Amino acid sequence: MNNWSIILSIAKTHLLTKAKQTFIAALGVTFGIGSYITLVCFMTGLNTMLDNLMLNQTPHIHIYNEIEPSKVQPIALYEEFSQSLNVVRSIRPKLTQKKIHNAFPIIKYLNHHEQVRRALPQVKSQIFYMAGSIDIGGTLIGVNPLEEAEFFNMADYIVAGSADALNQTENGVLLGIGIAEKMALKVGDRVQVSPVNGSVFSLKIVGLYQSGIADLDAVQSFTTLKTVQRVLGEPNNYITDINVKLYDIEKAIPLAQHIEKEFQLKAIDIKTANAQFETGTTIRNLITYAVSITLLIVAGFGIYNILNMLIYEKMNDIAILKATGFSGRDVQLIFISQAMIIGLVGGVLGLLIGWGLTTLIDHVPFNTEALPTISTYPINQDPLYFIIGFLFAMFSTFLAGYFPALKAKHIDPIKIIRGQ
Amino acid sequence: MDIVLEAKHIDKYFRKPVDFHVLKAISFQIKKGEFVSIMGKSGCGKSTLLYILSTMDTDYEGQLYLNGQLVPKQNQEHLAYLRNKHIGFVFQFHYLLSEFTVLENVMLPAKKLGEFTLPQIELNALEKLKMLNIEHLANKKASQVSGGEKQRVAIARALINNPTLILGDEPTGNLDSHNAQNVFNIFKTLCTEQGLSLLIVTHDEDFAKKTDRIIEMEDGIIRS
Ligand SMILES: Nc1ncnc2c1ncn2[C@@H]1O[C@H](COP(=O)(O)OP(=O)(O)O)[C@@H](O)[C@H]1O
Ligand SMILES: [Mg+2]
Repeated sequence: MNNWSIILSIAKTHLLTKAKQTFIAALGVTFGIGSYITLVCFMTGLNTMLDNLMLNQTPHIHIYNEIEPSKVQPIALYEEFSQSLNVVRSIRPKLTQKKIHNAFPIIKYLNHHEQVRRALPQVKSQIFYMAGSIDIGGTLIGVNPLEEAEFFNMADYIVAGSADALNQTENGVLLGIGIAEKMALKVGDRVQVSPVNGSVFSLKIVGLYQSGIADLDAVQSFTTLKTVQRVLGEPNNYITDINVKLYDIEKAIPLAQHIEKEFQLKAIDIKTANAQFETGTTIRNLITYAVSITLLIVAGFGIYNILNMLIYEKMNDIAILKATGFSGRDVQLIFISQAMIIGLVGGVLGLLIGWGLTTLIDHVPFNTEALPTISTYPINQDPLYFIIGFLFAMFSTFLAGYFPALKAKHIDPIKIIRGQ
Repeated sequence: MDIVLEAKHIDKYFRKPVDFHVLKAISFQIKKGEFVSIMGKSGCGKSTLLYILSTMDTDYEGQLYLNGQLVPKQNQEHLAYLRNKHIGFVFQFHYLLSEFTVLENVMLPAKKLGEFTLPQIELNALEKLKMLNIEHLANKKASQVSGGEKQRVAIARALINNPTLILGDEPTGNLDSHNAQNVFNIFKTLCTEQGLSLLIVTHDEDFAKKTDRIIEMEDGIIRS
């Protein structure tokens, strides 16, 4: 007969005769694991949602022409002063155009770059939305609607109408939802816009756009490249911004530096632009793990206590087992098995409860202005968290059982037999 | 005749609470099929000696031979095996696992030894219970049988692995005279019919007189 089967059968008998305590100890584990899974799935779901809110719309690299003071002043070219200390006060930026020179060759170059998923041109322009006698300042962005939808999830943020409609309508516009509300406009209406230089254009509203960031939605609208170029009276190679999406976001920093050097343009990578954002994610993760580990440790102490108590109650049994030929190691294994059985039962229940709770949360409606793509609470039911939770349950119950079991191993049967 | 157990110059000290020489140069032999009793005043060291002989206590000086083999003082696993295989121990108090049935209690040492299959072990255990006239208790919880019955269950458990030696520390000390007589008869039968060796500590003069040999102890030495 196998040694393990006796050890397990003794462990089982001990646990069954103490069914209530066993159940409570297992519940501790269940509670720990269940809340760990619920917390982690919810928190990471939330993180992913917030990340996506940012990342989906934000290009990995944003290329534009920055208006800034020239780094080299004309005096530096003057040979005679090259040995002297030149002080130039009140430097003003030179009037440069916002236009990216040779934008299309650059886009073509980037689209052939192996790290680049897609580079898309945009034209950003300051305009006024005109309603009766008032003008509202805003931004009109010319884009390639279909490609924006494909690579920058534009469609997720179009709450009425579609990217396709924008693409097909001459002089169409996707109006920011904030502007639409302010001006009481709806899909199908026309809106007057005027660029800074004066002329007035009438655009047809083919849809409404809601980025989730209220400040943006109150000023920004989208139209096609062609339309905005016509509004501005610029030729069709007039491009002010290039948005780049990469295959691997980690490559953003070196590539941005490379672009700045190569084309003498400003290239901002997403990491630099959103440094504080990542800190938020890290801290949320930290809190999640701190809370979960605390819960599991509390559960571990519960098991530790109950096993300690059990060992005191079972002193006689331990002495008898040792006197009849069970070794200290056998006795140790009996008590460790008890801990592991508690951990196993509690852990499996915890997984079920975690799964149930997360599924429940996943179906609770969650509607918010800021997040047009979300209709229920975000949950990330990654199997990895279930595996981690279960392994942690087994590990902590092992630890909780190990020390009481070690004590049982070293109990001297003679002391107990004499003590009777 | 084969010698089952031999103690050679066994000395034992207790260090706490004060230095105390409990066993002084204890030497004796037990032959196969011999029924020996130990008598002596309370506190003279009988139990202490028995614990050493049972291999549970290894903190002594001198040598102990079991079936001609020196019993090592280290290697707890091996000592546990020796206890399991060769020695059956019967205590004054009825040490049974109270949550297990009588049958399970008897089977446990055999399961640990692992020399037979489970059905065979169960058969053997039932046979021992029958021999001791308690087979009707097989499926009762150990906590639910009477004192005399418990002692017989403990004897059945001590016998399950067919040991060469049975050690008893006042096994009848807690029984009425009828039950004590009963236990003695069982021991006697085991000795004569199965050639088992027994070493039993007792205070009962009548019990001791009926055994093959009496070892008299006094203050840690053997008087005769
Ligand atoms: N663990 C111990 N520490 C110190 N002294 C002990 C210990 N165990 C027993 N003794 C002492 O050893 C002596 C012998 O005890 P024991 O072998 O139980 O005697 P017996 O069984 O003959 O009555 C007694 O005086 C007892 O008080
Ligand atoms: Mg005694």
